[in-house]
Amino acid sequence: MSNTPRWLYLVLLAVGVFAPLLLPQIASQLAFLWIMVVFALAWDIMGGRMGYNSFGNILFFGIGCYALAVFQRDLNWGGYWVALPLGLLFGGLLASLAAVFFGVGMLGLREKYFAVGTLGLGVAAGEIAASWGYIGAGGGLSTVLMPVAGNANVYWAYIAFAVAVLTFFALKRLYAGRIGLALGAIRDDEDKAEAMGLPTTRVKTLAWAVSAFPLGVAGGIVGNMQGFIDPRDIAFAGSTYGTWMILMAILGGRGTLWGPVLGAFVFQITKELFWVYLAEWQRIALGVLIVLIVVFFPRGILGWVRERWPQRFGQRVVEAA
Amino acid sequence: MDNLNLLFQAPVLSLGLVLDGVLIGAIFALAAFGLALVWGVMGIINVSQGEFVMLGGYVTYVLAKYGLHPLATIPIAAIVLWIVGWVLYRTIVYRIVGRDMFISLLATFGISQVLSQGMNLAFGASPVTVDAGMGTLFLFDGNLTISGIRLVAFALSIVIAVTLWLFLRRSRLGQSIRATAQNPRAARILGIDVDKVYAHTFALNAAICGAAGALVAMAVIVGPTLGLIYTLRAFLIGILGGLGSVLGSLVAGIGLGAAENLFGFLAGSELQQAFTFLLLVAILVVRNWRLQRHRKYLR
Repeated sequence: MSNTPRWLYLVLLAVGVFAPLLLPQIASQLAFLWIMVVFALAWDIMGGRMGYNSFGNILFFGIGCYALAVFQRDLNWGGYWVALPLGLLFGGLLASLAAVFFGVGMLGLREKYFAVGTLGLGVAAGEIAASWGYIGAGGGLSTVLMPVAGNANVYWAYIAFAVAVLTFFALKRLYAGRIGLALGAIRDDEDKAEAMGLPTTRVKTLAWAVSAFPLGVAGGIVGNMQGFIDPRDIAFAGSTYGTWMILMAILGGRGTLWGPVLGAFVFQITKELFWVYLAEWQRIALGVLIVLIVVFFPRGILGWVRERWPQRFGQRVVEAA
Repeated sequence: MDNLNLLFQAPVLSLGLVLDGVLIGAIFALAAFGLALVWGVMGIINVSQGEFVMLGGYVTYVLAKYGLHPLATIPIAAIVLWIVGWVLYRTIVYRIVGRDMFISLLATFGISQVLSQGMNLAFGASPVTVDAGMGTLFLFDGNLTISGIRLVAFALSIVIAVTLWLFLRRSRLGQSIRATAQNPRAARILGIDVDKVYAHTFALNAAICGAAGALVAMAVIVGPTLGLIYTLRAFLIGILGGLGSVLGSLVAGIGLGAAENLFGFLAGSELQQAFTFLLLVAILVVRNWRLQRHRKYLR
C-alpha cells in the first residue's frame, strides 16, 4: 500500500527531533508548523476525503483550548505533568463529543447547507465563549505556564510533533481500510453509497469525530503555549486559524495523504519568512491566495504535479489516493 | 427572566422592540433577495454577500463625510457596488459558474476575506454609523420611540424590493435573467447572451447589497467584520421565505429582525449574534429532518 520513500520519513523525523534542539530560538514556529500539519490533516478528512466543506472546524479547536485550560485550572490532577496529557485527551474527547452531538443534525445537510451551517456554528461558538463568565468571557482566560526552566517552546515543539505524527499515522491507517473507501464513496456519490447499504450517517459522524479529536488536542497545545486564550482571536479565530486550515489543505492537494502535510509546510514556511513584510496586508493576501488556489489550482500542488507527471506517481512521494 | 416579565407588564416596550426589529428586518430581506437571485440564476452561494453590504455602508460613510446627504448616497452606493460586482464577475466569478459547489463556496469565501480585511485596513476595525438627521418619533408619552431613519429605511427597502420585482417581471433584461434561471441552455439557444446575463445578475446583486448597506449604515452600524452575519441572515431568510420570492423574503426578514431584537432583550445583547447563528443551524437541521421524512433531500 505504502509507496512513500523511506527517506522522506527519515528527513521529517530528523526535523522533528533535532530542529528544536539545534534552533531553540524558532521552537515556537516549529511547534506551530506541526500544529498546522494537524490542522490541515484534520480538515482534509471532511473537506478532502469526504467532500464536506466545513467552515466551522475551528469550533473543535476552541473547545480544546478551553477544555485543557479549565481542566488545569479546576481539576489539575497529579500536578502539571499528569494533568497535561489528561487534559489534552479530555479536550480531544470533548471536541469529538461535540462533533457527534452536532453531527446528528448537521451531517444530514448537504454541500452548501452544511458549509453555511458550519460557518454559523464556528462564529456562534466564539460569541458564546465571549459571554460565558465561567471561562473568562470576553476578557479571555490565562493558562498555566509550563513549569520548566528555560525555553518551554522546545517542549511544546516536541509535543506538537508527537501529535502530528500520531494524527498522520492514524489517518493513514484509517484511509487504508474500509472507512477510507466509505469516505470516498460518500464524496463521489452519497445517494448511491447509501443505496448500496453504506450507513452514511454513521460514517460521516465518525469522520467528523475523528477530525475533531486532533483539533481539540491542538487547541489545548496552542492555548497553553500562548499562555492566554482570547475567545475570538485565539480559540475561535475563524479568520486566522479557521481559514488557514482550509487554505493549507487545498494548497497541498485535498484528498491526498501528503497533500495537507505539504500544504502546511509550504504555508507555514512562507508565512514565517515573508508574512512579516506584508504587515497588515497579510489577511488580504490570505483571501487572495484562497481565491487563486481555488479558481486556478483546485487540485493543489500534489494534484497538479500528479496530473503533470502521472507516470512518476504510484512509486514516488505519494500513495494513490 | 426578569426581562420576560417586563415584556408582559409593559406591552408598549415589547411593541417597540418588535417594531424596531421589523423595521431593520426589511433591510435584511434585500440582501437575502440578492443572494437568492445569484443562487437561482448562477447556482452560486455568494458567501461574500454581507461584505458587499458593508462595502455599500462604507460608501455612504465616506460620502457623508464629504458633506453629501446620507439619503442621497443610496443610489451612489448601489452604482459603486454594481461596478464592484461587475469587476468581480469579469475577473473571478465567471470562472466558477457551473463548476463544483466546493469551488464557488471557497472562492466567494476568499473574496469575503479580502473584502472584510480590506475594509479593516481602509476604515479601521471599529464600526461606524452615519447620522441621517432624521430625529426620533415619540409615541405613547415617549414610551414608544421609533427612530425616524429606521422608518425611512423600511419604506425605502420596500420600494427597492418592489422595483426589483417589477424589473424582473417586466424588463427585457429581467426576463432574460429569469429565463436563464429556468434553463441556461434553452436560454442560450433562444439567443440570450447567458454570460452577459450572469454578469448583470451578479452586478445587480452587488448593487442591491450596496443600497441595503447604505441603509444599514444609517439605521444600524457598519464594520469590517460585521459582514458575516448579514451573509448568514440572508441565507436564513432565503430558506425561510422561499428562494426568489420577494414577499416571502420580506416576511421572513421582518420576522427575523423582530425575533433577534426580542431575544437580544431577553438574553442580553452580547448573545444576539450567537442567537442568529444558532437559529440558522437549527432551522437548517429541522428543515432537513422534515424533508427527509418525505424521502427528499436538499440539493
